Amino acid sequence: MTEPGLYHILFISTTLFFIGVYGFFTRRNLVTMLMSIELILNSVNLNFIAFNKYLWPNRLDGVFFTIFVIAIAAAEAATAIAIIINLYRSHHSIDVERAEEMKF
Amino acid sequence: MSGSTIIFYLLAALILVSGAMAVTSRQIFRAAIYLLFSLIGIAGLFFWLQYEFIAAVQIVVYVGGIVVLIIFSIFLTQSAGDLLPKQKIGRQIFSALACFCGLALTMLQIYQHEFVKTGAPAIDPSMTNIGNQMLGVHDNGYALPFEVVSILLLAAMIGCIVIAMRTPKEIILNDKF
Repeated sequence: MTEPGLYHILFISTTLFFIGVYGFFTRRNLVTMLMSIELILNSVNLNFIAFNKYLWPNRLDGVFFTIFVIAIAAAEAATAIAIIINLYRSHHSIDVERAEEMKF
Repeated sequence: MSGSTIIFYLLAALILVSGAMAVTSRQIFRAAIYLLFSLIGIAGLFFWLQYEFIAAVQIVVYVGGIVVLIIFSIFLTQSAGDLLPKQKIGRQIFSALACFCGLALTMLQIYQHEFVKTGAPAIDPSMTNIGNQMLGVHDNGYALPFEVVSILLLAAMIGCIVIAMRTPKEIILNDKF
């Protein structure tokens, strides 16, 4: 085990990103798909902070981007859950395959 | 090996293992709890990187807000104790294969790339510096994106209320029957 640096954190964030992508591909329940999206957004935050810390410690831009991503993720989660609850009310299911009529 | 290194590897294991459990667990409530631990691990990693403000924001917004919202929506839409239906094995295999190929490709690119560190002196990511620059209107100030995001949050909040609101017609119909 070596001293952790930028590459270690990039490995964690890449793995977390693809774990989220795997969940997004395999899950068919809207709430669990939303959870996968949260994992993906978090891996992006980790990337911003790691680059800010290790490559550009003289600036704070990564911090601001992280804060904005967190704010937008909160708005996105709230809107998605409102849509999910509305869908459950009309279809009595939150499975994406049962909501096929929204395609057309 | 120092204590900081040990803490880093423990946090990495916590993040990746609980993240993997969050997307594979068939009990939806447990998946939400694993997601919670993964997010706490990321907040711990931000503490480890000494970005305390971001770690605090992460805990307040993600752990305290989004996960609680997700758990509430699970309670509202799922009956307790139900397992999620099994997925087709082919879909699982091909998704895992695609993700593994993507991971391998990205890691290959990252390890081949030589990152160049800037030589400028570091500044402290303290709350004072963050606040001054975030609300600054001079060079490198982030006042305009800050306002745009606040408008976006307001719009999202109003949109949520409108989407989740029952229309008056529905209420009358439900009251009748």
